[in-house]
Amino acid sequence: MSKITYILLTACFVITAANTIQAQEKDLLSMVRDSAKREYATGAFKSTRVINGQSMEMLGKGVLDVRILHRFGLLSEGAKQFFGLDQASMRLGFDYGITDNLSVGVGRSTLNKELDAFFKFRAIRQGANGGSPVSVIWVSGAAVQTMPWTDTTRKNYFSSRVAYYHEIIIGRKFSNAFSLQVSSIMVHRNLVAKADQDNNTWALGIGGRLKLSKRTAFVVDYHPILAGREPGTKDPISAGFDIETGGHVFQLHFSNSTGMNEKAFLTGTTDNFWKGDIRFGFNLSRVFQVNRKKK
Amino acid sequence: MAQDKFFTKSGNIQFSSKGVIETIEATHRSVTCVLDSKTGDIQFAVLMKGFEFRKAMMQEHFNENYVESDKYPKSEFRGQITNNSEVNYAKDGSYTVHIKGKLTLHGQTKDVEADGKITVKDGKLIAASKFKILMSEYDIDIPGSVAENMSDTINITVNCTLEPLKQ
Repeated sequence: MSKITYILLTACFVITAANTIQAQEKDLLSMVRDSAKREYATGAFKSTRVINGQSMEMLGKGVLDVRILHRFGLLSEGAKQFFGLDQASMRLGFDYGITDNLSVGVGRSTLNKELDAFFKFRAIRQGANGGSPVSVIWVSGAAVQTMPWTDTTRKNYFSSRVAYYHEIIIGRKFSNAFSLQVSSIMVHRNLVAKADQDNNTWALGIGGRLKLSKRTAFVVDYHPILAGREPGTKDPISAGFDIETGGHVFQLHFSNSTGMNEKAFLTGTTDNFWKGDIRFGFNLSRVFQVNRKKK
Repeated sequence: MAQDKFFTKSGNIQFSSKGVIETIEATHRSVTCVLDSKTGDIQFAVLMKGFEFRKAMMQEHFNENYVESDKYPKSEFRGQITNNSEVNYAKDGSYTVHIKGKLTLHGQTKDVEADGKITVKDGKLIAASKFKILMSEYDIDIPGSVAENMSDTINITVNCTLEPLKQ
Protein backbone atom coordinates (compact mmCIF):
# COMPACT_ATOMS: atom_id res chain seq x y z
CA MET A 1 0.00 0.00 0.00
CA SER A 2 2.67 2.40 1.05
CA LYS A 3 4.66 1.39 -2.02
CA ILE A 4 1.78 2.37 -4.30
CA THR A 5 1.43 5.70 -2.51
CA TYR A 6 5.13 6.23 -2.93
CA ILE A 7 5.00 5.47 -6.65
CA LEU A 8 1.96 7.67 -7.12
CA LEU A 9 3.58 10.54 -5.26
CA THR A 10 6.76 10.18 -7.25
CA ALA A 11 4.77 10.08 -10.47
CA CYS A 12 2.85 13.17 -9.41
CA PHE A 13 6.05 14.98 -8.56
CA VAL A 14 7.71 14.06 -11.84
CA ILE A 15 4.65 15.12 -13.84
CA THR A 16 4.38 18.41 -11.96
CA ALA A 17 8.06 19.12 -12.39
CA ALA A 18 7.91 18.26 -16.07
CA ASN A 19 4.89 20.52 -16.50
CA THR A 20 6.65 23.36 -14.75
CA ILE A 21 9.68 23.05 -17.00
CA GLN A 22 7.49 22.84 -20.06
CA ALA A 23 5.45 25.85 -18.94
CA GLN A 24 8.63 27.80 -18.42
CA GLU A 25 9.74 26.98 -21.90
CA LYS A 26 6.43 27.93 -23.36
CA ASP A 27 5.63 31.11 -21.51
CA LEU A 28 8.67 33.27 -21.91
CA LEU A 29 6.57 36.43 -21.63
CA SER A 30 5.75 35.77 -18.01
CA MET A 31 9.46 36.11 -17.25
CA VAL A 32 9.38 39.81 -17.89
CA ARG A 33 6.81 41.93 -16.19
CA ASP A 34 4.54 43.98 -18.40
CA SER A 35 5.81 47.48 -18.68
CA ALA A 36 3.61 49.48 -16.36
CA LYS A 37 2.47 51.92 -18.96
CA ARG A 38 -0.41 54.05 -17.86
CA GLU A 39 -3.55 53.47 -19.83
CA TYR A 40 -6.66 55.58 -19.94
CA ALA A 41 -10.30 54.87 -20.57
CA THR A 42 -11.21 56.18 -23.99
CA GLY A 43 -14.39 56.94 -25.86
CA ALA A 44 -16.80 57.51 -22.97
CA PHE A 45 -18.89 59.60 -25.34
CA LYS A 46 -18.76 59.88 -29.12
CA SER A 47 -18.56 63.63 -29.02
CA THR A 48 -17.37 66.46 -26.77
CA ARG A 49 -21.03 67.25 -26.02
CA VAL A 50 -23.57 64.90 -24.47
CA ILE A 51 -26.23 66.79 -26.41
CA ASN A 52 -26.42 70.36 -25.12
CA GLY A 53 -23.94 70.15 -22.29
CA GLN A 54 -20.23 69.45 -22.43
CA SER A 55 -19.28 65.79 -22.08
CA MET A 56 -16.28 64.27 -20.30
CA GLU A 57 -14.75 63.66 -23.72
CA MET A 58 -11.91 65.87 -24.97
CA LEU A 59 -10.55 66.59 -28.44
CA GLY A 60 -7.15 65.11 -29.23
CA LYS A 61 -4.21 67.41 -29.64
CA GLY A 62 -4.28 69.30 -32.90
CA VAL A 63 -7.87 68.32 -33.72
CA LEU A 64 -10.27 70.92 -35.09
CA ASP A 65 -13.92 70.12 -34.57
CA VAL A 66 -16.35 72.03 -36.79
CA ARG A 67 -19.74 71.91 -35.17
CA ILE A 68 -23.01 72.81 -36.84
CA LEU A 69 -25.99 72.71 -34.52
CA HIS A 70 -29.67 73.09 -35.37
CA ARG A 71 -32.71 73.33 -33.17
CA PHE A 72 -36.11 73.36 -34.84
CA GLY A 73 -39.63 74.47 -33.95
CA LEU A 74 -42.11 72.45 -31.90
CA LEU A 75 -43.15 69.08 -33.29
CA SER A 76 -46.70 69.88 -32.13
CA GLU A 77 -46.96 72.61 -34.78
CA GLY A 78 -47.83 69.78 -37.13
CA ALA A 79 -47.68 69.30 -40.87
CA LYS A 80 -48.33 72.97 -41.66
CA GLN A 81 -44.96 73.93 -40.16
CA PHE A 82 -43.45 70.61 -41.24
CA PHE A 83 -43.33 69.54 -37.60
CA GLY A 84 -41.15 72.48 -36.67
CA LEU A 85 -38.55 71.98 -39.38
CA ASP A 86 -39.64 75.26 -41.03
CA GLN A 87 -38.12 77.17 -38.13
CA ALA A 88 -34.48 76.60 -37.56
CA SER A 89 -32.16 78.16 -35.06
CA MET A 90 -28.48 77.39 -35.42
CA ARG A 91 -25.04 77.65 -33.89
CA LEU A 92 -21.84 77.42 -35.86
CA GLY A 93 -18.82 76.58 -33.75
CA PHE A 94 -15.16 75.72 -33.89
CA ASP A 95 -13.44 73.76 -31.13
CA TYR A 96 -9.72 73.05 -31.09
CA GLY A 97 -7.58 70.71 -29.01
CA ILE A 98 -4.46 72.55 -27.84
CA THR A 99 -3.33 69.49 -25.91
CA ASP A 100 -5.07 66.21 -25.13
CA ASN A 101 -6.27 67.84 -21.89
CA LEU A 102 -7.02 71.41 -22.96
CA SER A 103 -9.47 72.59 -25.60
CA VAL A 104 -10.88 75.95 -26.56
CA GLY A 105 -13.95 76.77 -28.58
CA VAL A 106 -15.92 79.63 -30.09
CA GLY A 107 -19.39 79.74 -31.53
CA ARG A 108 -22.14 81.96 -32.76
CA SER A 109 -25.84 81.33 -32.37
CA THR A 110 -28.64 82.89 -34.33
CA LEU A 111 -30.70 83.00 -31.12
CA ASN A 112 -30.06 86.48 -29.61
CA LYS A 113 -27.19 86.84 -32.10
CA GLU A 114 -24.98 85.42 -29.42
CA LEU A 115 -21.23 84.83 -29.50
CA ASP A 116 -19.72 82.43 -27.04
CA ALA A 117 -16.28 81.14 -26.18
CA PHE A 118 -14.99 78.64 -23.66
CA PHE A 119 -12.03 76.64 -22.48
CA LYS A 120 -12.20 73.08 -21.26
CA PHE A 121 -9.55 71.47 -19.10
CA ARG A 122 -9.28 67.85 -18.00
CA ALA A 123 -7.69 67.80 -14.56
CA ILE A 124 -8.06 64.08 -13.92
CA ARG A 125 -8.36 61.37 -16.54
CA GLN A 126 -10.09 58.07 -15.88
CA GLY A 127 -7.62 55.19 -16.05
CA ALA A 128 -8.06 51.77 -17.58
CA ASN A 129 -7.02 48.89 -15.29
CA GLY A 130 -6.30 51.04 -12.25
CA GLY A 131 -5.72 54.76 -12.04
CA SER A 132 -8.49 57.22 -11.35
CA PRO A 133 -12.03 55.82 -11.42
CA VAL A 134 -13.37 59.06 -12.89
CA SER A 135 -12.45 61.93 -15.16
CA VAL A 136 -12.78 65.46 -13.81
CA ILE A 137 -13.18 68.33 -16.24
CA TRP A 138 -13.41 72.05 -15.73
CA VAL A 139 -15.18 74.26 -18.28
CA SER A 140 -15.48 78.04 -18.15
CA GLY A 141 -16.94 80.26 -20.79
CA ALA A 142 -18.61 83.51 -21.68
CA ALA A 143 -21.50 84.47 -23.92
CA VAL A 144 -22.12 87.91 -25.43
CA GLN A 145 -25.45 88.72 -26.99
CA THR A 146 -25.23 91.30 -29.75
CA MET A 147 -28.89 92.21 -30.30
CA PRO A 148 -29.74 95.94 -30.49
CA TRP A 149 -30.67 97.36 -27.06
CA THR A 150 -34.37 97.18 -26.35
CA ASP A 151 -34.38 100.41 -24.33
CA THR A 152 -32.16 103.01 -26.00
CA THR A 153 -33.26 105.84 -23.69
CA ARG A 154 -31.23 104.60 -20.76
CA LYS A 155 -27.46 104.23 -20.48
CA ASN A 156 -26.45 100.79 -21.74
CA TYR A 157 -23.17 99.14 -20.85
CA PHE A 158 -21.37 96.52 -22.89
CA SER A 159 -20.93 94.45 -19.73
CA SER A 160 -24.71 94.03 -19.59
CA ARG A 161 -24.51 91.87 -22.70
CA VAL A 162 -22.13 89.43 -21.09
CA ALA A 163 -22.79 86.25 -19.15
CA TYR A 164 -20.32 83.73 -17.77
CA TYR A 165 -20.55 80.09 -16.88
CA HIS A 166 -18.38 77.71 -14.90
CA GLU A 167 -18.78 73.98 -14.78
CA ILE A 168 -17.17 70.97 -13.15
CA ILE A 169 -17.87 67.58 -14.74
CA ILE A 170 -17.25 64.26 -13.03
CA GLY A 171 -17.74 61.36 -15.36
CA ARG A 172 -17.05 57.69 -15.64
CA LYS A 173 -17.09 55.17 -18.43
CA PHE A 174 -18.54 52.22 -16.52
CA SER A 175 -18.33 49.77 -19.37
CA ASN A 176 -17.90 49.75 -23.07
CA ALA A 177 -21.60 50.39 -23.39
CA PHE A 178 -22.43 52.64 -20.47
CA SER A 179 -21.05 56.02 -19.45
CA LEU A 180 -22.46 58.47 -16.92
CA GLN A 181 -21.47 61.95 -15.87
CA VAL A 182 -22.69 64.47 -13.32
CA SER A 183 -21.84 68.14 -13.45
CA SER A 184 -22.41 71.28 -11.48
CA ILE A 185 -22.90 74.47 -13.49
CA MET A 186 -23.17 78.09 -12.47
CA VAL A 187 -24.28 80.73 -14.96
CA HIS A 188 -23.74 84.37 -14.04
CA ARG A 189 -25.59 86.97 -16.06
CA ASN A 190 -24.39 90.53 -15.56
CA LEU A 191 -27.85 91.86 -16.34
CA VAL A 192 -31.14 90.21 -15.45
CA ALA A 193 -34.65 91.53 -16.08
CA LYS A 194 -35.65 92.49 -12.52
CA ALA A 195 -33.75 94.02 -9.61
CA ASP A 196 -34.83 91.33 -7.13
CA GLN A 197 -33.70 88.53 -9.41
CA ASP A 198 -30.61 86.49 -8.75
CA ASN A 199 -27.82 86.99 -11.29
CA ASN A 200 -26.58 83.47 -10.66
CA THR A 201 -28.33 80.35 -11.88
CA TRP A 202 -27.18 77.00 -10.51
CA ALA A 203 -27.88 73.76 -12.27
CA LEU A 204 -27.00 70.11 -12.11
CA GLY A 205 -26.15 68.24 -15.27
CA ILE A 206 -26.75 64.55 -15.77
CA GLY A 207 -25.56 62.95 -18.97
CA GLY A 208 -25.62 59.31 -19.91
CA ARG A 209 -24.79 57.15 -22.85
CA LEU A 210 -25.85 53.65 -23.74
CA LYS A 211 -24.07 52.22 -26.75
CA LEU A 212 -26.37 50.36 -29.10
CA SER A 213 -23.73 49.23 -31.57
CA LYS A 214 -20.13 50.11 -32.34
CA ARG A 215 -21.19 53.27 -34.11
CA THR A 216 -24.52 54.23 -32.57
CA ALA A 217 -25.53 55.19 -29.05
CA PHE A 218 -28.53 56.42 -27.10
CA VAL A 219 -27.83 59.55 -25.08
CA VAL A 220 -29.71 61.53 -22.44
CA ASP A 221 -28.82 65.01 -21.24
CA TYR A 222 -30.78 66.52 -18.33
CA HIS A 223 -30.14 69.79 -16.51
CA PRO A 224 -32.34 70.35 -13.46
CA ILE A 225 -32.11 73.98 -12.28
CA LEU A 226 -31.27 74.07 -8.57
CA ALA A 227 -31.36 77.78 -7.74
CA GLY A 228 -31.75 81.20 -9.33
CA ARG A 229 -34.18 79.99 -11.94
CA GLU A 230 -35.16 82.56 -14.56
CA PRO A 231 -38.93 83.01 -14.07
CA GLY A 232 -40.96 80.95 -16.50
CA THR A 233 -38.16 78.64 -17.55
CA LYS A 234 -38.09 74.85 -17.34
CA ASP A 235 -35.37 72.27 -16.86
CA PRO A 236 -33.78 71.44 -20.21
CA ILE A 237 -34.03 67.77 -21.08
CA SER A 238 -32.90 66.06 -24.24
CA ALA A 239 -32.65 62.52 -25.51
CA GLY A 240 -31.37 61.24 -28.79
CA PHE A 241 -28.99 59.14 -30.80
CA ASP A 242 -25.32 59.53 -31.68
CA ILE A 243 -24.42 58.14 -35.06
CA GLU A 244 -20.79 58.01 -36.09
CA THR A 245 -19.69 57.69 -39.67
CA GLY A 246 -15.94 58.03 -40.13
CA GLY A 247 -14.94 61.57 -39.18
CA HIS A 248 -18.52 62.71 -38.60
CA VAL A 249 -20.69 62.38 -35.55
CA PHE A 250 -24.39 63.09 -35.98
CA GLN A 251 -26.30 63.70 -32.79
CA LEU A 252 -30.01 63.55 -33.54
CA HIS A 253 -32.23 64.37 -30.62
CA PHE A 254 -35.49 65.56 -29.18
CA SER A 255 -35.41 68.37 -26.64
CA ASN A 256 -37.41 71.15 -25.05
CA SER A 257 -34.59 73.66 -25.35
CA THR A 258 -33.45 75.88 -28.20
CA GLY A 259 -30.35 77.38 -26.61
CA MET A 260 -27.05 76.06 -27.85
CA ASN A 261 -24.68 77.49 -25.27
CA GLU A 262 -24.79 76.95 -21.51
CA LYS A 263 -26.22 80.37 -20.72
CA ALA A 264 -28.87 80.05 -23.41
CA PHE A 265 -30.21 76.61 -22.52
CA LEU A 266 -29.99 77.02 -18.74
CA THR A 267 -31.72 80.41 -18.55
CA GLY A 268 -33.86 80.38 -21.67
CA THR A 269 -35.69 77.06 -21.92
CA THR A 270 -39.38 77.92 -21.70
CA ASP A 271 -40.97 74.76 -23.06
CA ASN A 272 -42.18 71.91 -20.90
CA PHE A 273 -40.84 68.58 -22.11
CA TRP A 274 -43.44 66.60 -20.14
CA LYS A 275 -46.31 68.51 -21.75
CA GLY A 276 -45.06 67.56 -25.17
CA ASP A 277 -43.30 70.81 -26.06
CA ILE A 278 -40.62 68.92 -27.90
CA ARG A 279 -38.40 69.95 -30.76
CA PHE A 280 -36.18 68.05 -33.10
CA GLY A 281 -32.55 69.08 -33.32
CA PHE A 282 -29.17 67.86 -34.42
CA ASN A 283 -25.51 68.46 -33.77
CA LEU A 284 -23.17 67.72 -36.62
CA SER A 285 -19.53 67.36 -35.73
CA ARG A 286 -16.74 66.99 -38.25
CA VAL A 287 -13.20 66.61 -36.99
CA PHE A 288 -10.01 67.45 -38.85
CA GLN A 289 -6.47 66.69 -37.72
CA VAL A 290 -4.90 70.06 -38.53
CA ASN A 291 -1.75 69.56 -36.54
CA ARG A 292 0.44 66.51 -36.53
CA LYS A 293 0.11 64.59 -33.33
CA LYS A 294 3.42 64.63 -31.51
CA LYS A 295 4.67 61.49 -29.87
CA MET B 1 24.02 29.24 -16.98
CA ALA B 2 25.03 31.43 -19.87
CA GLN B 3 22.80 34.10 -21.31
CA ASP B 4 20.21 31.96 -23.04
CA LYS B 5 17.38 34.40 -22.92
CA PHE B 6 17.09 37.84 -24.37
CA PHE B 7 14.32 40.37 -23.92
CA THR B 8 13.06 43.91 -24.45
CA LYS B 9 10.14 45.96 -23.21
CA SER B 10 10.64 48.77 -25.67
CA GLY B 11 10.48 46.99 -29.00
CA ASN B 12 9.13 48.67 -32.07
CA ILE B 13 6.24 47.47 -34.21
CA GLN B 14 4.80 49.45 -37.06
CA PHE B 15 1.89 48.63 -39.23
CA SER B 16 0.50 50.24 -42.32
CA SER B 17 -2.38 49.67 -44.64
CA LYS B 18 -2.51 51.41 -47.98
CA GLY B 19 -6.03 52.32 -48.97
CA VAL B 20 -7.31 54.16 -52.00
CA ILE B 21 -7.82 57.42 -50.13
CA GLU B 22 -5.55 57.24 -47.16
CA THR B 23 -2.74 55.23 -45.72
CA ILE B 24 -3.27 54.11 -42.18
CA GLU B 25 -0.07 53.94 -40.17
CA ALA B 26 0.72 53.41 -36.52
CA THR B 27 3.75 52.80 -34.37
CA HIS B 28 4.17 50.96 -31.08
CA ARG B 29 7.27 51.68 -29.03
CA SER B 30 6.78 49.46 -26.00
CA VAL B 31 6.51 45.98 -27.39
CA THR B 32 7.61 43.19 -25.06
CA CYS B 33 9.67 40.45 -26.69
CA VAL B 34 11.47 37.46 -25.19
CA LEU B 35 13.72 35.09 -27.12
CA ASP B 36 15.23 31.84 -25.88
CA SER B 37 18.42 31.25 -27.84
CA LYS B 38 18.61 27.61 -26.77
CA THR B 39 15.23 26.55 -28.11
CA GLY B 40 14.59 29.30 -30.62
CA ASP B 41 11.31 30.17 -28.91
CA ILE B 42 10.32 33.75 -29.53
CA GLN B 43 7.32 35.58 -28.08
CA PHE B 44 5.87 39.06 -28.41
CA ALA B 45 3.23 40.91 -26.40
CA VAL B 46 1.63 44.16 -27.53
CA LEU B 47 -0.90 46.31 -25.69
CA MET B 48 -3.27 47.48 -28.40
CA LYS B 49 -3.86 50.90 -26.88
CA GLY B 50 -0.16 51.64 -27.22
CA PHE B 51 -0.34 52.06 -30.99
CA GLU B 52 0.16 55.71 -31.86
CA PHE B 53 -1.42 57.20 -34.94
CA ARG B 54 -0.82 60.50 -36.61
CA LYS B 55 -4.50 61.33 -36.35
CA ALA B 56 -6.15 61.20 -32.94
CA MET B 57 -9.40 60.21 -34.58
CA MET B 58 -7.84 57.21 -36.31
CA GLN B 59 -6.42 56.06 -32.99
CA GLU B 60 -9.85 56.32 -31.37
CA HIS B 61 -11.53 54.44 -34.20
CA PHE B 62 -8.81 51.79 -34.21
CA ASN B 63 -9.35 51.08 -30.51
CA GLU B 64 -13.12 51.55 -30.43
CA ASN B 65 -14.34 50.14 -33.69
CA TYR B 66 -11.75 47.88 -35.22
CA VAL B 67 -9.59 45.97 -32.75
CA GLU B 68 -11.93 46.65 -29.75
CA SER B 69 -9.09 47.24 -27.30
CA ASP B 70 -11.32 47.20 -24.22
CA LYS B 71 -12.42 43.65 -25.05
CA TYR B 72 -9.10 42.43 -26.44
CA PRO B 73 -6.43 44.58 -24.81
CA LYS B 74 -3.43 42.48 -25.81
CA SER B 75 -2.07 40.87 -28.91
CA GLU B 76 0.49 38.07 -28.64
CA PHE B 77 2.73 36.10 -30.89
CA ARG B 78 4.22 32.79 -29.74
CA GLY B 79 6.50 31.05 -32.14
CA GLN B 80 9.79 29.46 -32.89
CA ILE B 81 12.80 30.11 -35.06
CA THR B 82 12.78 27.03 -37.29
CA ASN B 83 16.46 27.31 -38.25
CA ASN B 84 17.69 28.29 -34.79
CA SER B 85 20.75 26.04 -35.03
CA GLU B 86 22.10 28.28 -37.80
CA VAL B 87 22.30 31.27 -35.49
CA ASN B 88 25.44 31.65 -33.42
CA TYR B 89 24.34 33.85 -30.54
CA ALA B 90 27.85 34.07 -29.18
CA LYS B 91 29.37 35.65 -32.26
CA ASP B 92 28.63 39.00 -33.85
CA GLY B 93 26.95 38.64 -37.20
CA SER B 94 23.73 38.74 -39.14
CA TYR B 95 21.54 35.69 -39.65
CA THR B 96 18.47 35.15 -41.79
CA VAL B 97 15.84 33.27 -39.84
CA HIS B 98 12.49 31.73 -40.50
CA ILE B 99 9.82 32.03 -37.84
CA LYS B 100 6.65 30.00 -37.44
CA GLY B 101 4.05 30.57 -34.80
CA LYS B 102 0.63 31.70 -33.70
CA LEU B 103 -0.57 35.29 -33.65
CA THR B 104 -3.47 36.19 -31.38
CA LEU B 105 -5.22 39.42 -32.33
CA HIS B 106 -8.78 40.58 -31.70
CA GLY B 107 -9.49 37.30 -29.91
CA GLN B 108 -8.53 35.20 -32.95
CA THR B 109 -5.48 32.96 -33.15
CA LYS B 110 -3.97 32.22 -36.53
CA ASP B 111 -0.80 30.59 -37.83
CA VAL B 112 1.76 33.05 -39.07
CA GLU B 113 5.05 32.49 -40.87
CA ALA B 114 7.64 35.12 -41.55
CA ASP B 115 11.22 35.65 -42.58
CA GLY B 116 13.38 37.81 -40.44
CA LYS B 117 16.87 38.76 -39.54
CA ILE B 118 18.71 38.42 -36.27
CA THR B 119 21.80 40.55 -35.85
CA VAL B 120 24.11 39.71 -32.96
CA LYS B 121 26.17 42.65 -31.82
CA ASP B 122 28.01 43.27 -28.55
CA GLY B 123 25.95 40.68 -26.72
CA LYS B 124 22.68 42.22 -27.89
CA LEU B 125 20.28 40.99 -30.54
CA ILE B 126 18.46 43.02 -33.13
CA ALA B 127 15.41 41.15 -34.36
CA ALA B 128 13.76 42.47 -37.49
CA SER B 129 10.98 41.14 -39.65
CA LYS B 130 8.34 42.14 -42.13
CA PHE B 131 5.17 40.24 -42.79
CA LYS B 132 1.56 40.67 -43.83
CA ILE B 133 -1.72 39.70 -42.25
CA LEU B 134 -5.31 40.06 -43.42
CA MET B 135 -7.78 41.91 -41.20
CA SER B 136 -10.59 39.63 -42.32
CA GLU B 137 -8.76 36.58 -40.90
CA TYR B 138 -8.90 38.15 -37.47
CA ASP B 139 -12.58 38.93 -37.62
CA ILE B 140 -12.01 42.69 -37.79
CA ASP B 141 -14.92 44.04 -39.73
CA ILE B 142 -14.76 47.03 -42.00
CA PRO B 143 -18.09 48.83 -42.43
CA GLY B 144 -19.41 48.97 -45.98
CA SER B 145 -19.23 52.76 -46.08
CA VAL B 146 -15.41 52.78 -45.81
CA ALA B 147 -14.61 49.35 -47.26
CA GLU B 148 -13.63 50.81 -50.62
CA ASN B 149 -11.08 53.16 -49.06
CA MET B 150 -9.40 50.57 -46.93
CA SER B 151 -7.20 47.64 -47.66
CA ASP B 152 -7.65 44.27 -45.98
CA THR B 153 -3.88 43.72 -46.00
CA ILE B 154 -1.85 44.98 -43.06
CA ASN B 155 1.92 45.27 -43.46
CA ILE B 156 3.73 44.72 -40.20
CA THR B 157 7.31 45.73 -39.51
CA VAL B 158 9.03 44.48 -36.37
CA ASN B 159 12.22 45.94 -34.99
CA CYS B 160 13.37 44.97 -31.51
CA THR B 161 16.69 45.27 -29.74
CA LEU B 162 16.96 42.48 -27.19
CA GLU B 163 19.22 42.48 -24.18
CA PRO B 164 20.34 39.50 -22.12
CA LEU B 165 17.74 38.53 -19.52
CA LYS B 166 19.31 38.12 -16.11
CA GLN B 167 17.69 35.50 -13.97
